[in-house]
Amino acid sequence: MAELDILDTAQRWLAEGRDVALATVVETWGSAPVPGGSQLLVDGQTNFIGSVSGGCVETAVIGEAEEVIRTGQPRMLEYGVTDEMAWEVGLACGGRIKVYVEPVR
Amino acid sequence: MRKESLEQINACRSAHRPCVLFRDLDTHESFVLEPGLHVDEQDAELHELAMQALRTDRCVRREVRGQDWFVQPFNAPLRLIIIGAVHTGQYLASYARSCGYDVVVVDPRQAFASEARFPGVTLNTEWPDYALEVLAPDTRTALVTLTHDPKLDDPALQAALRSPAFYIGALGSRRTQAARVERLQEAGFEEAEIARLKAPVGLDIGARSPAEIAVSIMAEITATLRNDLSADDAD
Repeated sequence: MAELDILDTAQRWLAEGRDVALATVVETWGSAPVPGGSQLLVDGQTNFIGSVSGGCVETAVIGEAEEVIRTGQPRMLEYGVTDEMAWEVGLACGGRIKVYVEPVR
Repeated sequence: MRKESLEQINACRSAHRPCVLFRDLDTHESFVLEPGLHVDEQDAELHELAMQALRTDRCVRREVRGQDWFVQPFNAPLRLIIIGAVHTGQYLASYARSCGYDVVVVDPRQAFASEARFPGVTLNTEWPDYALEVLAPDTRTALVTLTHDPKLDDPALQAALRSPAFYIGALGSRRTQAARVERLQEAGFEEAEIARLKAPVGLDIGARSPAEIAVSIMAEITATLRNDLSADDAD
């Protein structure tokens, strides 16, 4: 499954001259959908592989990753239970996760 | 993370060497630690954190002298050795690769162990006892025999039982297993050693087809790895 390996892909994308940001789940509480260390890789054109949740917050993380690529500054993101913002940026499972997004360069 | 750190982690992984990525989540400082290398230079407390992360195969977040470290382990890849390039083995090889295992299929019958039947899988056409001498199962290795033929299965199981492999399974009915146990006893294996053997192989999910049997085997390997082995170190 080499085509799904996050870190091999990151190295390949960098070799192709693409901008790369890596999102990593650094903390989870409750019934979080993925274990700590789960990763999502994003390039400057919103291509991505991997996951930091069951698909609930990926869209938001990809948007933040584009900012991280643009500014070169890492960010810490936190997502909790689905609220008013509803299913766009919440975890329906009721868990909470912290996601660290960093540029790789 | 610097590109050099990424390349170092990938180099370790392809060389089957464990390593650990440290990130300070406040200052964004990061470095890669390889256990055993430059130990004197590394802070002992950070080294112990690295070893804990590798041992439990879990990330650790810990404050050490004011620094907020996120510690991410990259263990040597898991490995599955399949004895018998049979139909069930084709599915098992595929599932195991999806779960992140390096797969080696051992079968001296070259009509079975063919690239066409196992595209992209490492094939070994030595006799299992010779093959296992070279493959040397370690604590990150699982082994399953699927041939039903004692000439092929038994030498592999004997070698596996003398190794620290974390999972050893043998396909075959209860009756086959009873006969197998007798042969292992005759070969000098103690009851406790033979008890490591998972046979009949796989979780009881009522599997019938080769693909379903492969699911039950992969599930049992996963349960052994994640439940049994992690129990001691659970948070």
